[in-house]
Amino acid sequence: MASPDEESPAPTEPERWRDLDMLLSRPGNLVDANFDPSPGLRDTLGSLVEVLVVGAGGLGCELLKDLALSGFKNLHVIDMDTIDVSNLNRQFLFRVQDVGKSKAEVAAERVMERVSGVNIVPHFCRIEDKEIDFYSQFSIIVLGLDSIEARSYINSVACGFLEYDSDDKPIPETLKPMVDGGTEGFKGHARVIVPGSTPCFECNIWLFPPQVKFPLCTLAETPRTAAHCIEYAHLIKWNEVHPGKHFDADDAEHMQWIYSEALKRAELFGISGVTYSFTQGVVKNIIPAIASTNAIVSAACALEALKLISGCSKTVSNYLTYNGLDGTHINVSEFVRDKDCLVCGPGTLIELDTSSTLSEFIKMLEEHPKLLMSRASVTHEGENLYMQSPEVLEQMTRPNLGVPMFELLKGAARATVHVTGMAENNGKKVSSLRKLRVAFKGVEKNSKMDTTESF
Amino acid sequence: MLNLIKIKDKKKEQAASAGGRAPVKKQSAGELRLHKDISELNLPKSTSISFPNGKDDLMNFEIIVRPDEGYYLGGTFVFTFQVSPSYPHEPPKVKCKTKVYHPNIDLEGNVCLNILREDWKPVLNINTVIYGLNLLFTQPNDEDPLNHEAAAVLRDNPKLFEANVKRAMAGGLGSVRAVGLSQAPQMQSL
Ligand SMILES: [Zn+2]
Repeated sequence: MASPDEESPAPTEPERWRDLDMLLSRPGNLVDANFDPSPGLRDTLGSLVEVLVVGAGGLGCELLKDLALSGFKNLHVIDMDTIDVSNLNRQFLFRVQDVGKSKAEVAAERVMERVSGVNIVPHFCRIEDKEIDFYSQFSIIVLGLDSIEARSYINSVACGFLEYDSDDKPIPETLKPMVDGGTEGFKGHARVIVPGSTPCFECNIWLFPPQVKFPLCTLAETPRTAAHCIEYAHLIKWNEVHPGKHFDADDAEHMQWIYSEALKRAELFGISGVTYSFTQGVVKNIIPAIASTNAIVSAACALEALKLISGCSKTVSNYLTYNGLDGTHINVSEFVRDKDCLVCGPGTLIELDTSSTLSEFIKMLEEHPKLLMSRASVTHEGENLYMQSPEVLEQMTRPNLGVPMFELLKGAARATVHVTGMAENNGKKVSSLRKLRVAFKGVEKNSKMDTTESF
Repeated sequence: MLNLIKIKDKKKEQAASAGGRAPVKKQSAGELRLHKDISELNLPKSTSISFPNGKDDLMNFEIIVRPDEGYYLGGTFVFTFQVSPSYPHEPPKVKCKTKVYHPNIDLEGNVCLNILREDWKPVLNINTVIYGLNLLFTQPNDEDPLNHEAAAVLRDNPKLFEANVKRAMAGGLGSVRAVGLSQAPQMQSL
């Protein structure tokens, strides 16, 4: 043991990796079947695996540090936000002089300064701004996000790479696993999503409770709380005074206006508790962030990522929750997949001739034993090929009925199509939404839609 | 879990075929659910729908209500629907584009309909909302007002309310405002 007044020397490189190397170089009983322990495994992983971290906020800062210290050498980070002074208490990679700069860029730079050999590529943009192709280069995606919408988007991208074989088994080469972290105050979760094997984000989206919404008339007529006054200023008063002007929650002037209006209203109704920071909290739906919750959840996520990639141990199956509010509780629940999930499920395989028209395709669905779907409306990647109803859309899409599907799907050998219609379920016709995998007979699987080649 | 040899092969292969694929637009689960809602719409006779951005943008549409009974008979009311990718987790955002003298719709077009905010559930759908909007015209409700003056008139003097509605529908915005503002003090003196 070093005496307290003696500065401990900075760890030399091999020292820093000693424990990790031990984990990666010794066999064990709880390891994955693919685990191949060796003294060089850390280097191999580091050079071969590219990891994407989505989000460079409270959780993202922790994730980048933890992943870099877990042997990952090629990291990318994407975040559209810039650093705000209120981030500095917990987003520990940022300093006062960084305020206003890109979170992704500063975070990447700071971690590279501290962990030698690590390369982090920052992306200062929205996740939707990247081509889908961008996401295909990563072996694993780690999410440190605070919005359902963003999670749902990344989930659909990652699940979109998944292909199934003719027995509806996931093709391993097309797997894009995700580790999703989330924190809210003293609570957090870390979950492992292996599309096709464990539930995807959409399979149990009901886990996320919808945001509390106050009735507009309560806001307008009978406010009782500080939050009511703030939401009144935000949802009703803003549009009344600034018709047509978009409210920007990140604009300090806008927020100040909401605050002063909310304060006036609170005084009028004798309500206390409207402060500037509470106003920000209500408008942006912010729950106070606890730095240690981020640290704990991030540590769990980084460990799951390492286990997923190396196979050095079994991963969490499949949803870890942490609650530090009342004592400390950590629990792992195993959620199950929604077999008919539109995002990660295999869908029903339909084989078509290149000459089959859309109307012939719709007829096939009526007779297909797994579907027995009548009155099908058909959509493909945001393009409505045919809509049975309402009348305006039926008219607009009717010309497609005589066009070959091969042409409507732009000459792809395989494509995913979604259909809505009345399908048989336990002897009863019920309205259903189904995912279909369309494959064209005799077309080589080499076209632009494919994400992988078979070996 | 991941087979590193396969990762290595895949990398080589990607390098060889880089830049060959066109980007694929992602369809969110919300868009798909909306596709189902729209293709199953069962519009009441009084209601029609239009898609200002064409057949491939279902996330933004307009609902036109022409009430066939009640105070608002003869009027045409346009509502804009904005559906987010998190639908049906989140309710659609609905605004009334037509200026209307109504206890539950304010002059900015905010609509006070419980299923659009506090009582929204993912099992509800676009059809439910459209029925709710129709109900607002056949049964305006003075208990949860958004337009306080209109609600007071409806509660205390339905005849005057009817007259105000007719005046507002005939005259557009100016008279809606005039009705809304001039009748309020009068009501208090009743
Ligand atoms: Zn799923």
